[in-house]
Amino acid sequence: MAELLVIGVGNEFRGDDAAGLLVARQVKACSLEQTHVCEANGEGVALMELWHGAEAVILIDAVQAGGKPGMIYHLDAGTDKIPSRFFHYSTHAFSVAEAVELARALGQLPGALIVYGIEGQQYDVGGGLSLAVEQAVAEVAKRVCEEAQALCTN
Amino acid sequence: MTEKHITVDYLARVEGEGALRVKVVDDQVTDIQLNIFEPPRFFEAFLRGRSYQEVVDITSRICGICPIAYQMSAAHALEKATGLTPPPGVRALRRLLYWGEWIESHALHVYMLHAPDFVGHESAITMAGDPALRPLVERGLQMKKIGNHLMTVIGGREIHPVSVCVGGFYRGARQADLRAMIPDLEWGLQAAIDTVRWAATLSYPQFDIDYEFVSLSHPDEYPLNEGRVISSTGLDLALEDYEKYFVEEHVAHSNALHSHRADTGSSYLVGPLARVNLCFDQLAPAALAVAREIGFKPPIKNPFKSLIARGLELVQAFEESLQLIAAYEEPQPSRAAAPAKFQPGEGMHATEAPRGLLYHRYQIDEDGLITFAKIVPPTAQNLRRVELDLWQYVPGVLSLPLEEATLRCEQLVRSYDPCISCATHFLKLELERG
Repeated sequence: MAELLVIGVGNEFRGDDAAGLLVARQVKACSLEQTHVCEANGEGVALMELWHGAEAVILIDAVQAGGKPGMIYHLDAGTDKIPSRFFHYSTHAFSVAEAVELARALGQLPGALIVYGIEGQQYDVGGGLSLAVEQAVAEVAKRVCEEAQALCTN
Repeated sequence: MTEKHITVDYLARVEGEGALRVKVVDDQVTDIQLNIFEPPRFFEAFLRGRSYQEVVDITSRICGICPIAYQMSAAHALEKATGLTPPPGVRALRRLLYWGEWIESHALHVYMLHAPDFVGHESAITMAGDPALRPLVERGLQMKKIGNHLMTVIGGREIHPVSVCVGGFYRGARQADLRAMIPDLEWGLQAAIDTVRWAATLSYPQFDIDYEFVSLSHPDEYPLNEGRVISSTGLDLALEDYEKYFVEEHVAHSNALHSHRADTGSSYLVGPLARVNLCFDQLAPAALAVAREIGFKPPIKNPFKSLIARGLELVQAFEESLQLIAAYEEPQPSRAAAPAKFQPGEGMHATEAPRGLLYHRYQIDEDGLITFAKIVPPTAQNLRRVELDLWQYVPGVLSLPLEEATLRCEQLVRSYDPCISCATHFLKLELERG
């Protein structure tokens, strides 16, 4: 049976940037077998260390990709390049996109890496989650749980 | 009249969001603006009314790269305001924690953000694809990882650590956990020495500026948590006098404040180059030895060579971390007991963040609630200087093809390792030329 690592990325003090963390918490509450859930703030080297040696990883983060608030993006790092502008709002110069692409260049990508992006609306300090993002969080958590179950039964 | 416009939407490899606009009319530079369009975050306003003990954790959120710097300046300033004196051993552990942050920040900047400019690559990602350069990227990543790990061991986690409090630490680090890091730190020391040797082989643009360098200075050690404020023009101030000599002002094109000397109105530079130039003799033996080996003689006035200064400071950070761990005993207790009521008062302090001097001042009431907060980050102090340097640098690159000229300007801006997240968060570059 495969082991899955779910990484929620974000900053819970900056509005919709908390989306990834909240998905991770909802997935964790499902207590899935063979699934480890953790939270990260998006610092690239820490992410590379987190997924080092993992067979399968699902990473969730808020994005600013120009879509409608709450829009859900599903990227397979095995086949899709992660555009650095995707995680535009990160305060880190070396963040999720850079970590994925650098890991690819160094041959350190997990066997499977799925990246979910949730389009954010506002990233104000101390701001809560936007309604559209809150709905997207629930939807992504449901999809991640389904993917986790499918992976573990395969 | 011919007017030229060169535009790059996003200057990559800096922390935070902003833009650089350069306008050239008839081959003359007519305007340069470093625009910080990231919204100001009003930390100073929302600290008011919060408990003094919350400030350390709130201000550490200002920056994902240098949270320890914010924790240190805040803790020291509030210890002065509250009269809480940390128990013995806290000082050494704070210094060790701070070195962890310097290691991760400098390793990131040297290898991931700045190195690509010097080796003709777009990014560390493309460098990693080049077999000749891949070992550099791997070395930078490993050094950064060790810095992150040191912060995790002492701070509880590598970003926004949670162990520091006003009066000491919520929990001191375990001796065994720190000793387990010795082999990594010994590797890191050699890697840092090799970093300086590699940095010395790079080709740097000819560009010297007559800066006023400003840093902390301490009689017994390389400046970090304590000291007086000194400058290359002869200033030697108690921290309490900082605001008499350095002020911030709003500029129309930026959401960040710009600092300058209060008395002369002139700009100044803080950060690795300032520290290494002003405090060179206090570098640890291995750092001094490699500096001499490569012929590094202060003062170095070329901002591009801040890369070498960061390398020397990496040697310093690893070398002193090993010394601190060898002598480490867990502080018992780990923090001073807080009284129920306080004397209303004020405290100000500065520490050396990886990017330079970081000043905090707070006032508290008898319940220990914040009534006033002022934070002056290093990038805000350097922004005016960066613009002035561009005024001098741009004319020399105007004859180059547009793409090359733009790259050179970006390289210069990256030399200061601006943390726009701190100053207000990205940098867009827009060069207009006619």
